[in-house]
Amino acid sequence: MFESISDKLDSIFRKLKGKGLLKPEDVEVALKEIRMALLEADVNFKVVRDFVDRVRVKAVGNEVLESLTPGQQVVKIVNDELCELLGSSASKITLSPNPPTVIMMVGLQGSGKTTTAAKLARFFKKEGRRPLLAAGDLQRPAAIDQLITLGRQIDVPVYSSRDTKDPARVGQEALKKARTDAHDILIIDTAGRLHVDDALMEELRMLRDGVSPREVLFVADAMTGQDAVNIAKQFNDRIGIDGVILTKMDGDARGGAALSIRAITRKPIKFIGVGEKIDMLEPFFPDRIASRILGMGDMLGLIEQAQRSFDQKEAESLQQRILGDSFTFDDLREQLRKVRSMGPIENLLGMIPGMNRAKNLQVDEKEFVRTEAIINSMTRKERTNHNLLNGSRRKRIAQGSGATVADVNRVIKQYVELRKMLKMFKGKKGLKIPKVFPF
Amino acid sequence: MGFFDRLKEGLSKTRKGFVEKVESIFSSRPVDEESLEELEETLILSDVGAKSAAEIVKRLGEQAGKGGIREAGSVREFLRQEMVSMLGAAQPLVPFGERPFVILAVGVNGVGKTTTIGKLAGRLRDQGHSVLLAAGDTFRAAAIEQLEIWADRSKAQFVKHQSGSDPSAVVFDAIAAARARGIDVVIIDTAGRLHTKSPLMEELKKVKRVCGKAMHGAPHEILLVVDATNGQNALRQAELFNEAVGITGIALTKLDGTAKGGIVFAIKRELNIPVKLIGVGEGIDDLQDFVPADFVRALFE
Repeated sequence: MFESISDKLDSIFRKLKGKGLLKPEDVEVALKEIRMALLEADVNFKVVRDFVDRVRVKAVGNEVLESLTPGQQVVKIVNDELCELLGSSASKITLSPNPPTVIMMVGLQGSGKTTTAAKLARFFKKEGRRPLLAAGDLQRPAAIDQLITLGRQIDVPVYSSRDTKDPARVGQEALKKARTDAHDILIIDTAGRLHVDDALMEELRMLRDGVSPREVLFVADAMTGQDAVNIAKQFNDRIGIDGVILTKMDGDARGGAALSIRAITRKPIKFIGVGEKIDMLEPFFPDRIASRILGMGDMLGLIEQAQRSFDQKEAESLQQRILGDSFTFDDLREQLRKVRSMGPIENLLGMIPGMNRAKNLQVDEKEFVRTEAIINSMTRKERTNHNLLNGSRRKRIAQGSGATVADVNRVIKQYVELRKMLKMFKGKKGLKIPKVFPF
Repeated sequence: MGFFDRLKEGLSKTRKGFVEKVESIFSSRPVDEESLEELEETLILSDVGAKSAAEIVKRLGEQAGKGGIREAGSVREFLRQEMVSMLGAAQPLVPFGERPFVILAVGVNGVGKTTTIGKLAGRLRDQGHSVLLAAGDTFRAAAIEQLEIWADRSKAQFVKHQSGSDPSAVVFDAIAAARARGIDVVIIDTAGRLHTKSPLMEELKKVKRVCGKAMHGAPHEILLVVDATNGQNALRQAELFNEAVGITGIALTKLDGTAKGGIVFAIKRELNIPVKLIGVGEGIDDLQDFVPADFVRALFE
């Protein structure tokens, strides 16, 4: 398992605790680790250098707070600095006072423009707006079909024309259509192009001039390496971008490109793509990316997702039942469903510090399904009183759930152990039962 | 335009940045700590990766210490040799020994799998092989149509099912059809998937298993398509795809931009998987065999 940067720094600084000021040579050691972590996360070399310089100035002579270890202290400075660089809060798409608001998607081939255009259209539709998509990618085979198919899935109309090879014309025709059909948002997909392809960049500029977009969104792959700065700079210089969407953030890329792009263009990152499904677009929160780049996991995201799935009242009533020693199989099943409803288990684990780059991390989601099936095959009485579960009942449950008796035994054993553990919580005064307990 | 010229042209941006930088570092200064640090920086900027860069620089420093390397010319020569030896011998993709020869193309989303397959089909057709393309990406909207257009362009045969159907079924049918029709090469497209999504990686394992059922020993080549603009994550992609299905070669795409594709060195170093093909342009002819010596020479000339 990969050590997180904060673990590493802590081991360096362990001796220093309570020493007072951070000394330059201590900071230098820490900065070396930070530099490495940022480079491994694909933050551009030059951006790293500037960044490390800034942290150095802030860290030297900084007093180590009693509550923090020196390692944590440096991480905090780094984290604050990263957040500041990434922008302090989430920023939104600005809408034009005179609809339609025209949004143009630009970027390299394969960055995810077409999918993101559809995701964005769905986002606006959910907000009660009337988006129109325009198929401006006339280069890639079947790109128009792709957008039409996606449009159908989300029930958003798509303007397309197969008679022209000129995207500027498609843009203007789409704008006309958006006006006559009273769409308040027009999202134009464009062909992926290399930032060094003069002809295609010129074509993009013509399209832009024809439709005067309110927002030009630069779509970038979160896995992009050192070249992110060149790419972003070229698109910004030649076309002018208003914001960035970072795609494929559901992988294990650390997303250092976010920092590079932001540092070069100073333009905000507005959304991140977190999955292939059409609803998987999320607003961008700088603080979360900061900890991800440093390899510290996204605890905030995890907590928020847990809060979404577990409401306060339910948690309290569960607590009551546990304290009353009546945690049943029904409760267990409920918990399993909650954990699963938080999304793919792997995504969750990825947010836990130190786990995000764990190698060979395999969670068998089927295990959850199997356990639930076994509980479903119990009678109501059995679910509240596990002492009833004798051999023949276990056999019946195994048959009913398509599992083996050994599987059933294992689930029962886990349940009994969980009860024991919960009783221990009860025994200790002042110990709060965690709201989430994925066992 | 010959092969070498095209490669050189495709890599011109890479070459310009990298070589000029190397020249400028060592033209006026001796090989010392400062200049070596700058070289390390240049290597990292090419996505070579911090580890590989440190290794190259260390060896250069050692050589300089022995007194073997003094000025820019010999630094360049040393780097060239070092980088060629890191990449090992050329291992081109040659459909040989089996009929049909089954190639499975895999990779994360948006790296250029379908395009690479289209170009590869064109190349194999030019070499006189009969080719059949299998539309195994049944997930992404219009992926089937995209591959079908490439099949038309390269005059390859084409087997598809409906969008949303089981990719393994398409693959089975495609190989069965190729055997019945006496086709030389089958190239299978698959849906892009992030290497961290285990259900999707399981699906890929199944596709591979089904290949083996349709024809003993298939697939004969499992090609991981990697985007040259990707950074260190490409190494993770290679690692996890390799664990899941066993990668036999890499196709490196989008080398015609300013991206350096330096991750090739890290992949070879850490996993010993050879790069077999590189994409240096949009045209159907812009897919080339990867020849390490030429690749590095094009960088330095």
